[in-house]
Amino acid sequence: MNIIVCIKQVITREWLVRVDEAQTWIRDQDASFEMNEPDAYALEAALRLKEQHGGEIIVCSAGPVRARQVILEALARGADRGIHVVSDDIPKAGAEVVAEALANAICEEPCDLVLTGLQSNDQGFAQTGVILATRLGMPHATIIMDVQFDEGKLRVKRELEGGLFQWVALPVPALLTIQSGINQLRYATLKGIVAAKKKPIRTVDTEMPDIFGHEIVKIYTPEKSKQTHFVDGTPASAAVELIRLLRQDARVL
Amino acid sequence: MTTLVVAEQQNGTLNPTTWETVALAKGIGHPVTVVVLGADIETVADELVKANVDEVLVVEDSALEFYTADGFSMALEQVIRAEDPTLVLLSHTYQARDFAPALGARLGRTLLTDCTKVEVRDGVLIFTRPMFQGKMMADVRLTGPNPHLVTFQIGAAKVDNIDLGVSSAVRRSLGVTLATDQIRQRPELPFRETKQAVDLSQAERIVAVGRGIKSEEHLDLIRKFAVAMDAELAASRPICDAGWLPMDRQVGSSGQTVAPTLYFALGISGAIQHVVGMKGARTIVAINKDPDAPVFEIADYGIVGDLFEVVPAMIKALGE
Repeated sequence: MNIIVCIKQVITREWLVRVDEAQTWIRDQDASFEMNEPDAYALEAALRLKEQHGGEIIVCSAGPVRARQVILEALARGADRGIHVVSDDIPKAGAEVVAEALANAICEEPCDLVLTGLQSNDQGFAQTGVILATRLGMPHATIIMDVQFDEGKLRVKRELEGGLFQWVALPVPALLTIQSGINQLRYATLKGIVAAKKKPIRTVDTEMPDIFGHEIVKIYTPEKSKQTHFVDGTPASAAVELIRLLRQDARVL
Repeated sequence: MTTLVVAEQQNGTLNPTTWETVALAKGIGHPVTVVVLGADIETVADELVKANVDEVLVVEDSALEFYTADGFSMALEQVIRAEDPTLVLLSHTYQARDFAPALGARLGRTLLTDCTKVEVRDGVLIFTRPMFQGKMMADVRLTGPNPHLVTFQIGAAKVDNIDLGVSSAVRRSLGVTLATDQIRQRPELPFRETKQAVDLSQAERIVAVGRGIKSEEHLDLIRKFAVAMDAELAASRPICDAGWLPMDRQVGSSGQTVAPTLYFALGISGAIQHVVGMKGARTIVAINKDPDAPVFEIADYGIVGDLFEVVPAMIKALGE
């Protein structure tokens, strides 16, 4: 089965984000970047399906030159080839623009499945995958916790609210957005990293489509909704003081 | 200029988040129409017409009896083209996340998701939404032609009492054309995987652990602390994803929403997905070695320190 996995490069989870001078984005020139974690789960789901059914995994990422790194990582983990849509505008772009860029890059590639993470950890729209599905004319299902592919038939388990789940059957080709926790992530071996360097990556230079969407007027750190009482001192003394405060001040103990 | 609110219902029961969306729509100031989709939804429509809205649109079709992304996005596309609202509002539920982007794409219109606020500034609607997992907030303005579609985070509006209308809202049925062979998803009935062993929403005290715990073995320390506190054990999603604690211990947007008297967030960064599940707790205590962790924004008490040193010290202090 042939699977396309769309992966985004995002600023690392631990990175201390600071507003840029214009106050409409963050300072990211020297930041650390990583594979968007939900997309890593999507890649892992693809790798497991390939182990079961054979076939090829193509990893596609839209982003600046630095995004090549997540493609290499995906190849190192076991994807077969990569597509890099090169654009500096992607990090700030709306989901419609990103989906359009991805669609243009992959629409000629035959596949059974397109997988993406359910959302990105930077902008968090939770839209790109579904818009991409619509653009490709594929049916979709989101927040997926299990994928079964049997004799050309696809059946997926949607996570619902309140601890509920639901199986849904879809024709292929289809697009799925994958939920974290669907599997355990594997990491690249040294052998994989070496092999990745020989795997082909097709670069697509593209002008960003002129699609309207939204404009960030201002970015800022959240206003504190309450005054935090910080308890200082050594761990031992802070612990004692905290317990005292919870007993006498907050009266919750 | 009208605002269309898309109600959500399951098996004839209205999802209460619909009332939040109605309240947000009223705040914008234009006439409000609420649309509800399904089959056999008379009781839901009866409830909606009592609210202080201008109109309730009832879209009944056997093809909409069970939710599908194709069915709902195609039906709402027809409704929106027929009704021509300025703005379409939804609650950012799992269901809306499943169909709203497809609806926006079919209409060729902008969708902005997961907003926490909307305000009119100089005659322009400004929406606020979290970014970088809640480390930043962004004020956003929508561009392109109407209608714009917007989803609001669950809890974006507090609705203690439903705003009832002086008289019944206008109620209108609207037909849609849906060929069942155009609906590609074939859903089965929802089910619960395992019996939910613990209902965290009823817990008075919760001790929650996050990635800061580093490994499964260290959970024993947290368990000891939870026992000493007479509290339920909970976790952020990554801990459950790793299989260290069962999914029913998860607090957050994809887990349980809790409102205990006392909540400990240990080694939890405070990413938005977790915070939305526990910000209603009366007293929040955060322990994290990162002074910039977003969790401190919502904490009443905080210790910036190593939980592996602080937690044993607290267990000791409680024993004394």
